[in-house]
Amino acid sequence: MSLAWRAARRTLLFLVALVLVASMWELYKLLGPEDGGEVFGWRIIPKTNDRAMPHTWEMVSRLTEPEVRGRDQPIWQAVLGYGWYTFRMALVGLVVGAAFGMSLAVLMTRWRVVERGLLPYVIASQAIPLIALAPQVAALGGNWDLPKWVWVSTLSAFLAFFPVSVATLRGLSATPPIALELMESYGASWWRTLITLRFPAAVPTIVPGLKLAATGAVIGVIVSEISTGVRGVGFAALTYGQRATSDPAQVYTAVFGAAALGLILFGLVVGLEMLLMRRRPPEATH
Amino acid sequence: MVENAPDVVAVDAATMVFNEGKANQVDALVDVDLHVAAGDFVSLIGPSGCGKSTLLRLIAHLLEPTGGELAVNGKTPDQARREGDYGMVFQQPGLFDWRTVQKNVELPLEIEGWDRRRRAERAKEMLDLVRLDDFYDHMPWQLSGGMQQRVAIARALAAQPSLLLMDEPFGALDEMTREHMQAELLRICAAERTTVIFVTHSIPEAVYLSSRVVVMSPRPGRITDEIAVGLCADRNEDSREDDVFFKRITEVREALRAHHGDQQPDGGPRRGIEDR
Repeated sequence: MSLAWRAARRTLLFLVALVLVASMWELYKLLGPEDGGEVFGWRIIPKTNDRAMPHTWEMVSRLTEPEVRGRDQPIWQAVLGYGWYTFRMALVGLVVGAAFGMSLAVLMTRWRVVERGLLPYVIASQAIPLIALAPQVAALGGNWDLPKWVWVSTLSAFLAFFPVSVATLRGLSATPPIALELMESYGASWWRTLITLRFPAAVPTIVPGLKLAATGAVIGVIVSEISTGVRGVGFAALTYGQRATSDPAQVYTAVFGAAALGLILFGLVVGLEMLLMRRRPPEATH
Repeated sequence: MVENAPDVVAVDAATMVFNEGKANQVDALVDVDLHVAAGDFVSLIGPSGCGKSTLLRLIAHLLEPTGGELAVNGKTPDQARREGDYGMVFQQPGLFDWRTVQKNVELPLEIEGWDRRRRAERAKEMLDLVRLDDFYDHMPWQLSGGMQQRVAIARALAAQPSLLLMDEPFGALDEMTREHMQAELLRICAAERTTVIFVTHSIPEAVYLSSRVVVMSPRPGRITDEIAVGLCADRNEDSREDDVFFKRITEVREALRAHHGDQQPDGGPRRGIEDR
C-alpha cells in the first residue's frame, strides 16, 4: 500500500471518529435529563443543559469570537499563541526526557549493579503526583535566575523519560546473541557494539516508548502550567474554565488546543519512526 | 606450503568443563589436540554434544578453556581476536537488517577503521566474489536464505582474516542451494587463500569441502579420528561422483560408528549425523 493512500485512509478514519464522537455528544444532549439524575443515590448521570454540555457547533463557532467581549483578536488566535508556547516547552521536555531516559538505560545495560540499584527509584519516581511536585520545583527554581518555562519543561521531561527509559532498557537487552558474538569475534569494544549494533537493533522497541513519552510530555507541561502560572494552553484552560457559567463553550477551545498539541507531538514521533524504519523489513513496522 | 610454517591453529590438551564440581557438570571437551596449517580446510564432524561447536568457540575466544593451551598464529586467541584474525559465519546469516548488503560487508572494515572509500571498494570486490554484485544496495531481508549466507561469507572474509570459522553455515539451506554453496565456498577460499575450520553434521559436506576431516565423539567430547581426504584441489560438482569421494564417506561413517557401534546395533547412522 502506498504511503499517500495510507495517510489518506488514516485522515478519513480520524474524521469519521470525530463525527461519531460529536454525534454521540449531541444525541445524549438531546435525550439525557436536563438536570442530570441519580443511580442508587449517586449523582452520576451527567446534566445536559447548555451550561454543562454546550452544543458542539457552539464550541467550534466560539473559536472565531474574541476571548473577552470588546477585543478584536478571535479566540483561536489566542489559543494558538498559548499552544505554541506549550508546544515548545513540551518539545524541550520530550527531547531532554528522551535523552535522559536513554542515558539511564545505557548505564543500566552497561552495569547490572546500576540496574538493580536504580530501577526501583525510576519506577518509584512515577508514583509521585506531578501536581504535588510542580510547586516544589517552581519554588526551588526561585533560587536560580532561570525563566519559569525551564521548570515546566523539566517537569515535562520528568514524565517523558520513564517510558523511553523502560523501552530502551528492554530493547538494548534483547540484542540477538549471534550478532553480539559476531561483534565480539571482531574484537569490537562495548561502546562500539552499543552504537553499531545494540541501539539500531533496539529502535523498533524504543519507538513505542517515545510515542508514550510524547503524550506524557504534553500532559506534564499542562499540569505544571496550572501550578506554576506559566501562560500556556493549560493556563488558558484553567482561566476559561472559571468563566464556564457565563461562557460554557470557551473552555473547549483550550481543550481543542491541548488535544491538537498532543496529536502534533505524537505525529512528530511517527514521522521520526517512518524515517528510521523506512528500510527495515516490512513485518517490523506498524 | 612451506614445510616449517607455523600452525595457524595449535590446540594442545584443551579441556572445557561446564558447571565444574556441580551436579550438572558437563565435560564438553577433554584433552583435545588439533593443529591446523595455513591453507588447510578442516571439518569437525560428530553427533550432537561432541563438543565441535565448543571447540570452535574456544578457538574464536568466545569461550575461555578450563585447561590446556590454545594459540592462533602464535598468539593467544584473545590477542588474535583483537587483531582481527577471525572471520565467523554461523548457521543464521546474522545480517543487520537496517544496513544495506554493502554496509553489512563493510562492518568488520568499519571496526578496523578503514576509510569510507576503501571500505566501499573492498565490499564491492567481496560482493563480486560471492556473485552478488547486483545486490549491494538491497536490504538483507530482500534476499533469499542462500544469498544472505553468501553476504555473511563476504562479510567474514572482507577484512582478510587469516582464519575463517564456520559453524554449520549451510545447515539451514535446502539441499540444492547447499551443494551450490559448498562449491562456491571452495572457489572463494581458493581465491582468498583462507584457512578454514568448518563445523558440520553432514558427512558428504565434510568430505567434499575438507582437506582433513576431524571426527569427534561425545560424553566426554573428544577427537577420535582424523581422516585426510585428498580429493584433487580443483574438484567440482563431478567430484561428488568420484570413487575417492565415496571411499572417504565410508571411512568417515565407519570412524563415527566405531565409537557408537554398541549403541546402534542396527548399524544405522547415529542421530544427529546426516548421511546425505
